[in-house]
Amino acid sequence: MANVKKESSTAVADPVCAPEWTDILRQMFLIRRFEEATEREFRRGKIGGYLHVYIGQEAIASGIITALQKDDAVFCGYRDHAQALALGSDPGKIMAELFGKGTGLSKGKGGSMHLFDAEHGLYGGYGIVGGHLTLAAGAAYAARYQETDKVVVCYFGDGAMNIGSFHEAMNMAGLWGHQGMCPIIFVIENNGYAMGTALERHSALTDLSARVQAYDIPTEKVDGQDIFAVRELADRVVKQVRETGKPFCIEAVTYRFSGHGAADILQPYRSKEEVERHRHRDPLEILRKRLHEVCGLSDEDVKAMDEWATAEAARAVKFADESPVPDPAELFTDVVAEHGPRPVAETETE
Amino acid sequence: MAEKSYRDAIRDAMMEEMDRDPNVLIMGEDIGVYEGTFRITAGMLKKYGPKRVIDTPIAEAGMAGTAVGMAMFGLRPIVEMMTMNFAIVAADQILNHAAKVRYFSGGQVDVPMVIRGPQGAGVQLSAQHSQTFESFYGHFPGIHVVAPATPADAKGLLKTAIRGKDPVIFLESAALYGMKGDVPDDPDFTVPFGKSHVAREGKDVTIVSYSRMLQLSLVVAEKLAKDEGIECEVIDLRSLRPLDLDPVYASVQKTHRAVVVQEQWKPFGAAAEISASITETMFDELDAPVARVTGEDVPMPYARNLELLATPHEEHVIRAVKKVMYRA
Repeated sequence: MANVKKESSTAVADPVCAPEWTDILRQMFLIRRFEEATEREFRRGKIGGYLHVYIGQEAIASGIITALQKDDAVFCGYRDHAQALALGSDPGKIMAELFGKGTGLSKGKGGSMHLFDAEHGLYGGYGIVGGHLTLAAGAAYAARYQETDKVVVCYFGDGAMNIGSFHEAMNMAGLWGHQGMCPIIFVIENNGYAMGTALERHSALTDLSARVQAYDIPTEKVDGQDIFAVRELADRVVKQVRETGKPFCIEAVTYRFSGHGAADILQPYRSKEEVERHRHRDPLEILRKRLHEVCGLSDEDVKAMDEWATAEAARAVKFADESPVPDPAELFTDVVAEHGPRPVAETETE
Repeated sequence: MAEKSYRDAIRDAMMEEMDRDPNVLIMGEDIGVYEGTFRITAGMLKKYGPKRVIDTPIAEAGMAGTAVGMAMFGLRPIVEMMTMNFAIVAADQILNHAAKVRYFSGGQVDVPMVIRGPQGAGVQLSAQHSQTFESFYGHFPGIHVVAPATPADAKGLLKTAIRGKDPVIFLESAALYGMKGDVPDDPDFTVPFGKSHVAREGKDVTIVSYSRMLQLSLVVAEKLAKDEGIECEVIDLRSLRPLDLDPVYASVQKTHRAVVVQEQWKPFGAAAEISASITETMFDELDAPVARVTGEDVPMPYARNLELLATPHEEHVIRAVKKVMYRA
């Protein structure tokens, strides 16, 4: 089961042993194995363009999205596969989108950076750093304007915090929050690098939460490798934002184990030792260990989970591989609703 | 019919649509309490309240970007840019986001939003406040670009924009705000995009234009008819994207000569696109190369005499008409 969006948090004796947490671990395995599969398929030439994987940051997607309700909405940057999986998008359709196939989430027109699945609450994957923050703030305003209790979650990296649209979005969200008109949770995925430029080299003030507070938006910093901490915070924040209509910002401190993108092979900006050091804080392992120690989750259970995730990823690859490419007529659809362009060839024959 | 100014026609269009559809709202800099730099939004805050008439910070990317998000969620935001010159700050939001979301999502969302505001040369506004942007936006698929020349079209086209499903760049001519004309009273009066029309009939030369230069072209046409016996057919494009050149082709079939008039710079401008299209489609019909009348290729100067030299005037259009008639 890929979709483990929150239904209700029934009180159990030891909440960590509730089935939900095994579901979350299973989801994190799916994200990990799916991302590994995308890296392989990229190397095989099946996936084109740019590819940014989420390996190492899984607890942030899973920890927050599992705290949401069905109608809530998620916006994110181009490192967006995990959010789609956590929201319950079909892994096959995601992979097909990456393969540029007509069965993809967006009929093969978006690709890795622009995953979009409105039915499951994913309002995009955006490729211009920081550009989507304003969109998310506007969506949050709309949610309140329409008198719904929807919450909008907006993921972005530490590298997005130096561009103008970040500041404009934060300021407007802060202002609209004063009127209870901006139920948005900004999530900084602080992985320490703006692509290859380290935090202390790209941000004059390295306390990122402090920079958000300047816009009168409350913040809380959390260990982004620890799913329990992320989820506990998310539960509180989602409730608060839904009730108040005021924005909140979560700074999740994390680390990406893979390169910035699939082409980032040399990684001259960080040492192998640094990566190894962080790999010891693998979010999957932190959750597995706790479930093992507290709830007696067996190695066999974990192995079964991992095998399921591996099989799901393989199924997604197979589906994508066997899917047809988009119909050539799709080139001209979805440009605008009406007055769509005519093929150039048709114009020329007139 | 009532006589209305271009300014009032724009306000009427917005208020009628806000009355009609609660999802329509407007935001911009100093549009509420201040009532708008050009007083387009006068009285709107009082009538609709701050949730629907949103005074924003000076943050064009913020305005345009939040409008995209609102539109994706089912609202119909109108963004007033104090002048379209400032909208360049929001180029990423408009061109990379508003214009692209429908496509890269495979058509999962509509993006019904209008970005409107004045553009064009004024009186000594100098380099950063006098530009026109139709070719800039017209280059990009995924948006509509509209430039009305009359109060009736301003109203009818704006209502079409607000009721649509896509981002619309609605380019108003600041110089036309005070212009008066007959405007239909019917609250459901709209003017569709992509329907150019013959604003004046003639048999000798086809003049193609839009927005303020359309008005200039009409003045010139009357003058040439009176002084020289030359009858110009003047075509108003109304929207640049979609671009309807069928009436232009029909006219050229009759006149065999065409002049395209625009206020903006000549290189890569709207007139270049139109002129190339006429040549591609009507090559055998043409008795002369298509002529272009454009602004001079310089940033707008401040000094009044230089400013006047930089912008197209009647004599430029007259010269071009005579040129295509080999009467220069």
